[in-house]
Amino acid sequence: MNADLVVDVQGLNKHFGPRHVVKDFSLQVRRGEIFGFLGPNGSGKTTSIRMLCGLLTPDSGSGTCLGYDVIRETASIKREVGYMTQRFSLWEDLTIRENLDFVARMYGMRQRRKVVDGAIEALGLGSRRDQLAGSLSGGWKQRVALASCMLHEPKLLLLDEPTAGVDPKARRDFWKEIHSLAATGISVLVSTHYMDEAERCHRLGYIAYGALLTSGTVSEVVAQQQLSTWTVTGPDLPQLQARLESLDGVADVTQFGNALHVSGVDAAALERDTAPLRANGVQRWERSDPTLEDVFIHLMRDTKDNFQ
Amino acid sequence: MNARRFSWTRWVSIVIKEFIQLKRDRLTFGMIVGIPVIQVLLFGFAINSDPKSLPTALVSLDNGRYTRTIVSALSNTGYFRFVREASSVAEADELIERGQVQFVVTIPAGFERALVRGDRPQLLIEADATDPSATGNALAAVNQALTTALAHDLQGVTADLASAPPAVDVRIQRRFNPEGITAFNIVPGLLGVILTMTMVLMTGLAMTRERERGTFENLLATPALPVEVMTGKIVPYILIGLIQVTLALLAARYIFSVPIEGSLLLLYGVVLVFIAANLTLGITFSSIARNQLQAMQMTFFFFLPSILLSGFMFPFRGMPEWAQVIGSVLPLTHFLVLVRGILLKGTTLHELYSSIWPIFAFMGAILLLGLRFYRKTLD
Repeated sequence: MNADLVVDVQGLNKHFGPRHVVKDFSLQVRRGEIFGFLGPNGSGKTTSIRMLCGLLTPDSGSGTCLGYDVIRETASIKREVGYMTQRFSLWEDLTIRENLDFVARMYGMRQRRKVVDGAIEALGLGSRRDQLAGSLSGGWKQRVALASCMLHEPKLLLLDEPTAGVDPKARRDFWKEIHSLAATGISVLVSTHYMDEAERCHRLGYIAYGALLTSGTVSEVVAQQQLSTWTVTGPDLPQLQARLESLDGVADVTQFGNALHVSGVDAAALERDTAPLRANGVQRWERSDPTLEDVFIHLMRDTKDNFQ
Repeated sequence: MNARRFSWTRWVSIVIKEFIQLKRDRLTFGMIVGIPVIQVLLFGFAINSDPKSLPTALVSLDNGRYTRTIVSALSNTGYFRFVREASSVAEADELIERGQVQFVVTIPAGFERALVRGDRPQLLIEADATDPSATGNALAAVNQALTTALAHDLQGVTADLASAPPAVDVRIQRRFNPEGITAFNIVPGLLGVILTMTMVLMTGLAMTRERERGTFENLLATPALPVEVMTGKIVPYILIGLIQVTLALLAARYIFSVPIEGSLLLLYGVVLVFIAANLTLGITFSSIARNQLQAMQMTFFFFLPSILLSGFMFPFRGMPEWAQVIGSVLPLTHFLVLVRGILLKGTTLHELYSSIWPIFAFMGAILLLGLRFYRKTLD
């Protein structure tokens, strides 16, 4: 085993009845790295994460998480992994303090009181420790949930869409926290739908229909897709979009505010097919670097074609 | 267009949506069909408030021809079924205390001679009256049956004995509940019914609630073992069960004046066994049910036969054989025998084994089922 890989799994498969939810899933996450896990809804992100932390048993495949076998040593994995569920899963009818105290007990922590008090202090929730967890706002719920899965000082954090439904300020604070945790050597696997969050990750993986399609740093992922992109500004963009979508050389057309991003896989074909529209001079056309979002939209459309 | 007017289109679509959702919830749908069909059939045939063929022991200290006449006369009423001949009064006593027979008919020594002499000998019929409704009709039929039968036998020289007053002095002794107070039967029984309802329901909901709210996933992500989760979750309910029993016992004693003949310690011991069996079932239900509604329906499905086939509401011995078989699987059936025995008859531990082991057997079987269904992972 490579000592620098906290997650190293190969060929994991999972079926739910007739549905093949995760297909030949392989993933490596390095120590101290923040790995972003992207993909459309229902692509198998949650199932993959649950297999990594021992909540689900893979049907086939092998690998390790923190050096423990993902099939046989789930008990050891659970002890050293912090898992934050997609849905708020603390007990809403317990207070913040009671929740943290319970979780600390479940991990059999020494100096429980000190650890729990410290966590509440760090959250800045000292005055609200006796408030019921169910009465917290979305942003606070997420922070308390993070604190609860950090109590037992895990070496790997698995965060399943931690910032869904959280306001931008809270999201920024949350990512600051994640980065400072990573700086202390904790590895983080985080799934998200937000592009800005994806760009904050050290490395990314894109999963669709149960298969990991690409992974690498942001620039590697962008480069791998070899997209050519033009940015178009000016009047009558909706009409232009409709016409562009019918062209063979154009793979995706996406509206970003007042601009259209027009992408194609074959740069020459894209240039040739759009030439008449560029020549009429109604809109301004500029070559641009494809953004991560362009790449993901492209991946999403592509896989839809393959699987539907 | 008035936006506040009742719209049939909207109304119909709500009705349709409701039907679709109902159809998707297979278990609910099954219960909707199953509860009326199964239970009406089950209880319609099984319940009989005029029980016949009640097991009877005979203590015959005089084996004359009149003894045979009396036995066949009682058998012919359809109420008495002679299952045992006890060699002594003590043996017959034990049979009735254990609840193995409903009646003991004692024919005293010298019965025939006294009868022929016209001394109006006594015939003793002891009834287990803990459930007055089970014995009432049988006892009412005794005098008529005996008079008719003896009239047939007493012909010739003894014919004039057949005329009034009756040739035999039938002494009926209602044991354990001499006044035939229904509350003596119902109140101890309620103890079991209350425990069945709350114990199964509360534990049934306990686990499904976690699953429904998503907190179960959090629990599973911790190093907690299944056995820790299962047993840890039921302990509070054991305590609740003991509190319920204590309240019910206080009410029984001080409001309904139900006697407490046996040992309270033994009673609580038996209660603990019964609680454990019900909690096991509740936990198993909650492993199978997908949501709290389903857990509730399962509880109800179990609760109805427990009330109706256990001998709580209707005499157990009035049911046909097959219904008694179903009834004897239910822990409540045995608990009723135990709790009525301890409270009203003062039975002791060694007389109760035959009613305790079926509860353990039930618990063991359900536990195996529960462990099979318990999902340690989310698969």
